[in-house]
Amino acid sequence: MSHESTPSQTVGPYLHIGLDWLNTRDLAPASVEGERITIHGRLLDADGQPVPDGMIEFWQANAHGKYAHPADRRDLPLQEGFSGFGRQPTDQRGEFVFTTIKPGAVPALDGQLQAPHILVNVFARGLLRQLVTRLYFPGDDHASDPVMHVVPQARQKTLIAVAQPDDPSYLQWDIVIGGGANETVFFDL
Amino acid sequence: MKRSPSQPLILLPQSLSEITGPVFGHERVQAQDADLTRQHAGEPVGERIIVAGRVLDEDGRAVPHTLIEIWQANAAGRYQHKNDQHDAPLDPNFTGAGRTMTDAQGHYRFLTIRPGAYPWGNHPNAWRPAHIHFSLFGQAFATRLVTQMYFPGDPLLAFDPIYQSMPDEKARQRMIANFKLDLTEPQFALGLQFDIVLRGQHATPMER
Repeated sequence: MSHESTPSQTVGPYLHIGLDWLNTRDLAPASVEGERITIHGRLLDADGQPVPDGMIEFWQANAHGKYAHPADRRDLPLQEGFSGFGRQPTDQRGEFVFTTIKPGAVPALDGQLQAPHILVNVFARGLLRQLVTRLYFPGDDHASDPVMHVVPQARQKTLIAVAQPDDPSYLQWDIVIGGGANETVFFDL
Repeated sequence: MKRSPSQPLILLPQSLSEITGPVFGHERVQAQDADLTRQHAGEPVGERIIVAGRVLDEDGRAVPHTLIEIWQANAAGRYQHKNDQHDAPLDPNFTGAGRTMTDAQGHYRFLTIRPGAYPWGNHPNAWRPAHIHFSLFGQAFATRLVTQMYFPGDPLLAFDPIYQSMPDEKARQRMIANFKLDLTEPQFALGLQFDIVLRGQHATPMER
């Protein structure tokens, strides 16, 4: 039997009441293997103003490219203490920070490898539905990534975090949710 | 407020990244988290309601063991939040946050109080209809849903730009709970049924 899906509605301004209990800034405790990284970003509106009442969620594979989910049936190591989920509200300056490990490469459904990436959901007052984007890492081969392939060349840079020159483990990645040349690429799933 | 993309969304070819999603164990959610009337020393003021239903996918299959998070205003229409300056009383016995996991058949149940309508600055004399915010994960990143549950017969629905943001009336009605006498507990609380349908997964899991 076919059912019609329930429509999405905005999280509104008071999302913290219901959602802060699950805030997860550090996705990978010390026992989890992988290249440790910090991702710092800002959530900005069309005028470049910070969005101070947003929420960011991460979903990522572990360093082996394995998701902690039953649909990932590949024989790769899972690691205790790593769920791959993160959630952080944006602060008064629109900023958010996650500490995690760099995910391994994950294949597309046809088996072709995708460049390492983190899936990101953006929620905020004024957004009827969450915005979906991806964070990629500097220095990887993005040219053969099947998702990058559908993104216009000029906009691909909005998906790639920037490493701090004196600390390559510290990445900066702003999410711009309206207007202008720097608008982040968002996806329809 | 300039908070929407100016460029069209790009259709994402789904991969293992989108057909997987966070899995939350029952250990993070306690049974009492589904009862918003027992989180403080006393009972909150307001009309007790049972909100219960099933979480399904578009094929009508139950979505078992998935996390549901809710938040809402108190009976006076005031949120327990520093940014809510509406001149209505806070209730020391009501936080307005709850969570639960669906069971093996996708069923869930909350006990709470009916939230009040409240004014907001969207347009002159703007009032949000009574509603409860729902956040669900489903079984994949692609099924994540945040929505609002509304109450049957609420006259404010006709004037609410958030509810009316769905152009399709039938779609809007899927956000309205149904009063159910058989969910209602005698001498205790009214019962409302709110079934939630998550988007299907448009890809099959990879086997290799």
